[in-house]
Amino acid sequence: MGSQLNSILVDDARQVRRAHYPVWVFIVVPISALLIQIYLPLFQTMRFVAKIDLPLLVTIYFSLMRRSQIRGLGIGLVLGLAQDSFSRFYIGMYGICKTMVGYFSASVGMQFDVENSFVRILLCLVFYVFHQFLYWVLQRAVLGQTVAVDIQGEAILAVINALIGVALFHFLDKLRIRE
Amino acid sequence: MDSLLHRYRNITVLFVAILAQLGAIAWQVKRDDNVSLLRIWAVSAVTPMASLVENLRTGTFGVFTDYFAFRGTRDESRSLRADRDRLRLENQLLKNELAAAQREEGLAGFRAHTPSKMIAARVIGATTGLGTRSVLIDQGTVAGVQRGMAVVTPDGIVGRVLAAYPLASLVLSVTDAGFAASVETQKNHTRGVLKGMGSSTARIDYVPGGQKVEPGEAFYTSGDDRVFPRGMPAGRVVSVHEGGTFLEILAEPFSGEAAPEAVFVIVDPVHQEIPEVPITNAPVFLGPDAPSASGASGGQSGGNGTTQADQLMDQYRKIGAAQGHVFGGGNVGSTPPNFNLKVPGVNAPGVAVPVPGVAPGASGGTGFSGRAVRAVAGVVAHPATGARFGSGMPRIAVGGSGVRRVVRPVSASGGLRLAPDVPAKGGTQP
Repeated sequence: MGSQLNSILVDDARQVRRAHYPVWVFIVVPISALLIQIYLPLFQTMRFVAKIDLPLLVTIYFSLMRRSQIRGLGIGLVLGLAQDSFSRFYIGMYGICKTMVGYFSASVGMQFDVENSFVRILLCLVFYVFHQFLYWVLQRAVLGQTVAVDIQGEAILAVINALIGVALFHFLDKLRIRE
Repeated sequence: MDSLLHRYRNITVLFVAILAQLGAIAWQVKRDDNVSLLRIWAVSAVTPMASLVENLRTGTFGVFTDYFAFRGTRDESRSLRADRDRLRLENQLLKNELAAAQREEGLAGFRAHTPSKMIAARVIGATTGLGTRSVLIDQGTVAGVQRGMAVVTPDGIVGRVLAAYPLASLVLSVTDAGFAASVETQKNHTRGVLKGMGSSTARIDYVPGGQKVEPGEAFYTSGDDRVFPRGMPAGRVVSVHEGGTFLEILAEPFSGEAAPEAVFVIVDPVHQEIPEVPITNAPVFLGPDAPSASGASGGQSGGNGTTQADQLMDQYRKIGAAQGHVFGGGNVGSTPPNFNLKVPGVNAPGVAVPVPGVAPGASGGTGFSGRAVRAVAGVVAHPATGARFGSGMPRIAVGGSGVRRVVRPVSASGGLRLAPDVPAKGGTQP
């Protein structure tokens, strides 16, 4: 148990190194995530894509890999506000949620070996639930809306998002600048 | 101080970012205007790419799928298969073109027959909100689209424009939980409010209990909301339940759950009439009238141009003359002639004198045929007047509708049973 725990914790300088990416990755990947999210659900067979929060997964990934709280919250802020722009709700709802997800995932990323698949699944799961809970709280507290929560459905979606997140992270790892 | 700021720099930035966004939300809620510059930038940056992808897909997707589907076909009759594949491809392309032409024709027809001025638009994206159902269309303020305009298809209403950007617009779908439109039923013009539920069905609120609304009945926009012009198809009732003050009605929007490919934005709405419910009672077939004994049509006229009543009157006149009776000359209380008397050649065998429509030996015409039967059916034993028809003379009665009808007794084969004559005192009576 102790050895397993040590394997996922940061224990040397190699593991705390920040990943670097070409500039275009920071532009193309978020826009692609948004585009996929708004375009694919138009097709009957691809409607499930609307349930996958790709902007959230991209936020978590860059925050984890960059290991900077400021950069993490910045990525979350931009992606959240962009996602807000396509929703019918007020701008800032997703912005706040993803800002906090970016900040905290960057904080967590400094403590764990974020290239471990198990850690990635766990973090995606936790931050998805955190994001949804935060959004629900904002809807109730800020907008005064009562929204029913399907806990079982959200749990399933959290698992699905986590699994897709791992696959997405694996793909995005290929875009890293090798040192 | 500097070291303190540096130490808490990250958390400070986080708080500033959160507070700024909370302030932005509060500002939007207060102004009730969510079309901000940031939203315009974001939508304008992404929607052209969505339009590009959609155009590429529609232009090349069919060709590529057909190409890949046919690529693996290799066998001995390669040339024949190639021909077949080519024909299939052509057929598929022609089918696609035909479907597109039919769709365009339908849209053009809808546009031509709708008095409202409309702008055609293509759906290029769906929004990402949780539980929301809204779509992006490729027409914006540049094309004249404004917030609040109605969006429709030939099938029915799709939604209304929630926000208009320069090159695109956000449309709140009819199935979104935040959607509402004023509607009324097609049959009884009962009014209500159609509201989305976030699923494929919608509900219709504020229809007072006791109103007659049936499953399958269509709802049309009433025009009261000043968004949708009157007379646009809205949905069809799925279920109706009594719910106290108001009925609980679930309806299925005509536009369906799936986003359509092409829509119309109504820029200049013109109200139109709600179409009438088609009459479901099919016309009932009525056969021809039964032929009379003489073969005359309808049994109403004799072969010599006289009516059966004329012939019957002539018969009675001859019977009366045989007894020396002078018509119009009898005194009050005098014995009337016996019209049942058998007179040879008139109503008894002897010298053949054909009397069309009267059965030989019949004691008075006791039947009606064809149209005469239907005419008398309502007045034989009229519930109000008590009028009854017996044998003999033509009668005049007043039908239920107050129309005077002349009833002509014809042959006994008419098939209508009549009440017997009132028994006479001390002799026979007609």
